[in-house]
Amino acid sequence: MQCDVCQSKEATVFLTQIVDGKMQKVNLCENCSKEKGVNDPTGFALTDLLLGLGASQEIEKSPSSVKCPICGFTQADFKKTGRLGCSNCYTVFEDGIGPMLKNMHKGTQHTGKTPAAFHKIREHSEKIKTLQENLTKAIEAEEFELAANLRDEIRQAETELAS
Amino acid sequence: MKFSRIIANSGEWLSGDGPNRHIVVSSRVRLARNLRDKPFPGWAKKSERLEVMNSVKQAVECLPEMEESYSENLEALSPLEKQVLVERHLISREHAAKGVGSAVVMNAPQSLSVMINEEDHLRMQAIRCGLQLDNVFKMIDRVDTELESSLEFAYSAELGYLTACPSNVGTGMRASAMLHLPGLVMSDQINKIINSVNKIGLAVRGLHGEGTEAMGNLFQVSNQTTLGEAEEEIIGRLNRVIEQVIEHEQNARALLAQRKAITLHDQIGRAYGLLCHSYSISSKEALNLLSIIKLGIDLAVFPDAHRFPVDELFIETQPAHLQKDAQVVKMSSEERDALRATLIRAKLSQVPQPDIARLRLATPATTENQ
Repeated sequence: MQCDVCQSKEATVFLTQIVDGKMQKVNLCENCSKEKGVNDPTGFALTDLLLGLGASQEIEKSPSSVKCPICGFTQADFKKTGRLGCSNCYTVFEDGIGPMLKNMHKGTQHTGKTPAAFHKIREHSEKIKTLQENLTKAIEAEEFELAANLRDEIRQAETELAS
Repeated sequence: MKFSRIIANSGEWLSGDGPNRHIVVSSRVRLARNLRDKPFPGWAKKSERLEVMNSVKQAVECLPEMEESYSENLEALSPLEKQVLVERHLISREHAAKGVGSAVVMNAPQSLSVMINEEDHLRMQAIRCGLQLDNVFKMIDRVDTELESSLEFAYSAELGYLTACPSNVGTGMRASAMLHLPGLVMSDQINKIINSVNKIGLAVRGLHGEGTEAMGNLFQVSNQTTLGEAEEEIIGRLNRVIEQVIEHEQNARALLAQRKAITLHDQIGRAYGLLCHSYSISSKEALNLLSIIKLGIDLAVFPDAHRFPVDELFIETQPAHLQKDAQVVKMSSEERDALRATLIRAKLSQVPQPDIARLRLATPATTENQ
């Protein structure tokens, strides 16, 4: 049996892992298994390895000419390495990565920790949203004085967000 | 701080104390973080890697937790020194393969370590003894929050922390516990346990291999997914599963002592005999036999005072640790096997012969849950 990574040497390491009831198999030669850190339980996950092989086909859904403007990464590079080029690649290759993440994780929306800087941004955008809703209501109710105040508040919140 | 000084002491996770210490060797939480719009280490040019490394390294060194720390660029470490850090779980095997443009910073008790430019710009981990994932998470979470003030992390409201590999995106967190499960292995229940833990979306791996190939009856349980659940939820799920596994292990030990007492006595006696009288022993054989001695200590067949020296042997008999003490740069595996046997004989000569009459049943009633 041939090694799944280098496709040249004889595979001597056979890995099977069951994740969420799905069986994943990969066959590796001595060299590739070392290189991929298969012996190291700390850094190795079969998912990571498989990403470098079959799963990378998912990303091909993005048009082939797409290139990340920040780091110059292309989907061909992803296929080769199973890793992305920079944080902006998540936006550039969104269409391809989306379904892949869905298969890989419990959900598609992050619900964990938020950096403090984003807290403020999130708070501000939520505040603006509420103010805008109130503004619409005020206009409908023809309460123009209130509407004018709300408009000023929105402007102020927007300047704060921009800074 | 110098390498020799940091390495002279074993880490806090090995020498310290923690809940369920007898079965849970260590708890570890790792967070992956990246700087916004900077190419990930695997894709960055050398100059870009150096730039990121310098800014990150400075920020990490300024942390109050790192007041007394060891900080080094990877190219300044010899292959042997790197391997020592790998064996202590302070850096990953992947990180050890890195050179110019990568670095490591760790605190003196070796409970915190930050790998710079591993697969992500930052891979920071906290590790402690016993089952205390919540505390370990709090430790690393504080470090992460402190770093936020000086570094701008790549983050999206939808996908959370953005990582080089999509399998880490979201919390960027991998929480794991190293479990010592000789009872489940001896009673042939380990595969059943591994399969059921895998089914609920957690990964089980051996210390140095997959599944039952595990050495020293050591298994690592960790979360597999990072997106769609908050950190506390992931850790809560892990804790519940690990507590179950601990209970199964305790039951397995009690059953062995009751129904297969002779087999158990025999295994402990043979392990002691082999370790006391071998003149050449491989790392794998040593770990497997030491695991049985460790079980013997848990069951009171050996005095508890020998727990730490035996635990230490798990690390000290690893190839790089043997060589660093011998001050020899190159050593054949035969020489290592001989040196390992000498080291083990010397340490075990302090341990009295197994006293089978003292064998204490490890029933769930006497849980070590304090």
